[in-house]
Parts: sequence; structure tokens; C-alpha cells
Amino acid sequence: MNIEDFPMLKQDLIYLDNGATTLKPQCVINKMTEYYETYSANAHRGDYDISFKVDGEYEAAREDVRRFIHAKYKESIIFTSGSTESLNMIANGFFKNIMEPNDEVLITKSEHASNVLPWFRLQNEIGIVVKYIPLDDHHYVTLENVKKSITPNTKVIALAGITNVIGDERPIKEITKFAHENNIFVVMDGAQSVPHRKTDVEDLDVDFLAFSGHKMCGPTGIGVLYGKKELLEHMEPTNVGGGMNESFDNPNEVFYKELPTRLEAGTPNIAAVIGLGEAVRYLEKIGMDNIETYEKKLRQYALDRFLEIPHLDILNIEADSGIIAFNVDQIFSQDVAYYLNKYKICVRAGNHCAKILKNEVGVTNSLRVSLYFYNTESDIDSLVELLSDKEKMEREML
Amino acid sequence: MDENMRREIIMEHYRTPLNKHRTEDKNYQFVNTNNSSCIDNLDIFVKIENNCISDICFDGEACAISTSSTSIMIRNLIGKTIQEAKEYIENFEHMIQEMDYDEDLLKEALAYKEIYKQGNRKHCAYLPYIGIKKILDKYE
Repeated sequence: MNIEDFPMLKQDLIYLDNGATTLKPQCVINKMTEYYETYSANAHRGDYDISFKVDGEYEAAREDVRRFIHAKYKESIIFTSGSTESLNMIANGFFKNIMEPNDEVLITKSEHASNVLPWFRLQNEIGIVVKYIPLDDHHYVTLENVKKSITPNTKVIALAGITNVIGDERPIKEITKFAHENNIFVVMDGAQSVPHRKTDVEDLDVDFLAFSGHKMCGPTGIGVLYGKKELLEHMEPTNVGGGMNESFDNPNEVFYKELPTRLEAGTPNIAAVIGLGEAVRYLEKIGMDNIETYEKKLRQYALDRFLEIPHLDILNIEADSGIIAFNVDQIFSQDVAYYLNKYKICVRAGNHCAKILKNEVGVTNSLRVSLYFYNTESDIDSLVELLSDKEKMEREML
Repeated sequence: MDENMRREIIMEHYRTPLNKHRTEDKNYQFVNTNNSSCIDNLDIFVKIENNCISDICFDGEACAISTSSTSIMIRNLIGKTIQEAKEYIENFEHMIQEMDYDEDLLKEALAYKEIYKQGNRKHCAYLPYIGIKKILDKYE
């Protein structure tokens, strides 16, 4: 769908690494260029026309994001540099202040590094305990296993909505309902889910959500921290400085602004915020439900074709998103990626930042194809043709 | 050495690498070397006796270029004094950085003489050398 919107696709390229980042439509590029060319001033500061326009566009983007994830209040939308910063703020600005030694956080072994390392750090710094919810035979999280994993010390469950290697979708709404009945907070890492399907934070009822702009047709260096307003009120700013303070005189007399500005210290990434707003409107125009349906259909098409190739070992035959993780028998994943690169096909090889997943699936490295709505059956056909010919692959992988 | 020959050498060392096994022997020094931009991860074990490299073995997960390069490095370094080994490594570095080098010293490692053309694979070929240098640099 919508291939013509993407300047990158005008070149001879098949881009199948959307889990890493996505391509940008012309409208997002134009929107950012327009800022730099016609009203390039700072936000929240100037008393002149173009700065006033910046404020308007900046806050309009916040409203776009609020609407996009169906949040109740604009104050719940904090702009960050990406999911990583959002998750670090959640751990360090909120949970570090309310967790005691031996309190537990539940994650899984298929989380991305960004939803593992902030918790590891809290374990080292203040003595919380990181525990893992066991995954089932298909590497899925079930509500049953969540129920079995909680203890009186469990304070928070932090899970990706969709994981970045296995591509399984977690029953976040059910888990959150159960968690709240037991006074446990829920953090959702939405990096791989928010770009690919409708997200309704009110319906899911999660306490915090983190996601990145660049994985959803937006610019790099911008992301979102969503939090329930009453919780964000208690979040300590991890950065303090310009923009976020109301007044200060000495260390004992420092007053911060209200949400959301209180949590956005320094000059923000204005162009990227405005670009993200445009990306959100672009996705809404296509329709998140249409995107989800299209990707699922394309994934099924790809899977059916992959299954015809005997020397492929597919790690996630079952998955709910456009991700296929696989290996070619006897050929190291990176060599395969290198071979595909010769034909201008971009796929990812490696451990995909999920370094503890290997203990779970027994495979350290794999190839990952991750789809988005601008991919086509013809992209898959080209990929399958190259993967089918193992002799050619061995011949050309150097 | 033409392109086919270079290819053949690399593939042969990739398919049947020399000394690809671990050792628990305490007389070996151990180093891990990995590539932050890709996924190659090698453990290298080196035995040094009387200022001379008497044995090297390795294990790990790595691509065709890294694996073969390690195997060839091992073949070329066993039996060398530390000084000779350093000289060999310096020549290899010069080759992949497109500087002047002595072809005769490098033998099969000449298979990577054009690897500089593939920026993303240059580092793969060099990876085992980063590891072994950490050990050799301990010696004057």
C-alpha cells in the first residue's frame, strides 16, 4: 500500500527491516523541512510570530499523539528521544522512588534490551529483583503464567506489546486487569506494536507506555512516554534545566512547571515532534486497522512461501505480527544477509537486541524479516527466489 | 592470487577451520573478541612458550569471513615468535587498510587483499587480530 508516498522506494531497494526502523513518507519530510525553512524558532519562549507558530505546531503534535493512542489527557503525552529514553524515565523517575529492596519486577526473556537493562540497573542500585515470566512452547506469554509468577513482592510487570524477534502479541489488557486487582503496575513497551495496530491506552488501562517515532514513519530521535496523569505527577524528572522550571533562587527554592513540560527539560527535538505529528496523521489516514489487516495477510503469504523452502528453519511459525525470524540451514545468518544485500534486499541478522532470548529459543542469531504496509507480495517473491537457491547463496555469500 | 582462488581459500577455511575447539588447559591464555556492529563472537586460546606461539585454538559463532580469517591467522601464527607474530599482524593491518605491505609474509591471508572494498566485511576479517593483539601486547 501507498508505495508512492516513500521517496526511498523510488530506488531499487527492498526494505524488510521495519522492526529496526521504517521509511519516511514525503509528507513527514516536507513537514520537517517546512519547520526548518519557514519558522525555525524555539518553542515555549519567543514573543514573536514564528515562535508562536512553533508552540502551536508542537502542541498540535501532542494532541495528534494523544488522539492516536486514545489517551484521555494531553498532559499524559511526554516527548522523549525514543522508547529507550521513555523506559529509562519510567524506571528511574518513577519506580526507583517507590520500589524497596526485594520488590520484584516481572519481565520475560524475549524483551528488548531497553526493557531489560533499566530494570537490571535498579536491581544493582536499589536491590529490586528482576524475575522472568516463563514463556510457553511457542514463546508466548499467557495470563496463566503471569498468575503463577506473581508474589506478594511483585510491584510491576513490564512487557512489550509485541516482541521484536518472535513477533508475538501479549494479552496486555487481560494481564493489566489481573495486575491491577493485585496492586501491580503495568509498563508496556509499545515500540513494535504501536506502529502496527490500533493502540487504546484507556481500554488497555496500562499505567505507562513507551514507543518510538522512527518505527512508525516518523523521524529518528523522537519518542513518547505515556503515563496515567496521576502517576506522571509523581514522576521525578530525570533531567532538570531549561524550559521545565517555573522559578528558582537557591537549592531550596526550585519550582517546576506542570505536566507535561515538567518532564521535557531543555530545547526539545522540535522538528521531530512536528514530524511525528504528521506521521501520526498519515497513519490515521491509511487506518491502523487497514495496516494490521494488510500486514497479517502479507505475513501469511510470506510464511506460506517460506515453508516451501526445505533449508529454512523458521523460529516463529506462529506470530501475530509481520515478523518472521529464521535461519538458513548451515549458513550463518550474517552471511545470508550479506548475500541478500547484493540484491538490494535489506534484512537484519543478529540477536536483535534480545540477548537473553537465546536461553529461551536455543538459537543465538537469526535473520529477521519485519514487514510494514508498503511491502508487497512482489518483495516477498524476490526474497523467496534468492533464499530458495542455496547453492547460489553459498557461491555468492562472500 | 585471483578472485576464484581467494574465494576457494576462504570457503575451505570456513568449512573446515583449523583448530576450532575450546580448551580447558590452563597453559592457554584466553581472549574474547566480538564485533559490536554485527554478531561475530570468537573465543581465542593461545599457548605461548619460550617467547613463541606454540598453539592457538578458537571457538564461537561467526560469519564465513571471520571464521576463515581466524583459521588462516592460526595457521600463519603457530610457530612464530612474538616479534614475528606482531610483524605479521602489522602487515595484515596494512593490507586491509590499503597501505604498503609485504605479500610474502601473509600467505593465505592474501585472500582478504580486496576486502577493503566491502566496508562492512573488513571488520569481520580483522576481528580475530583484535583479539590476539590483546594477548600479544602484554609482551614487549
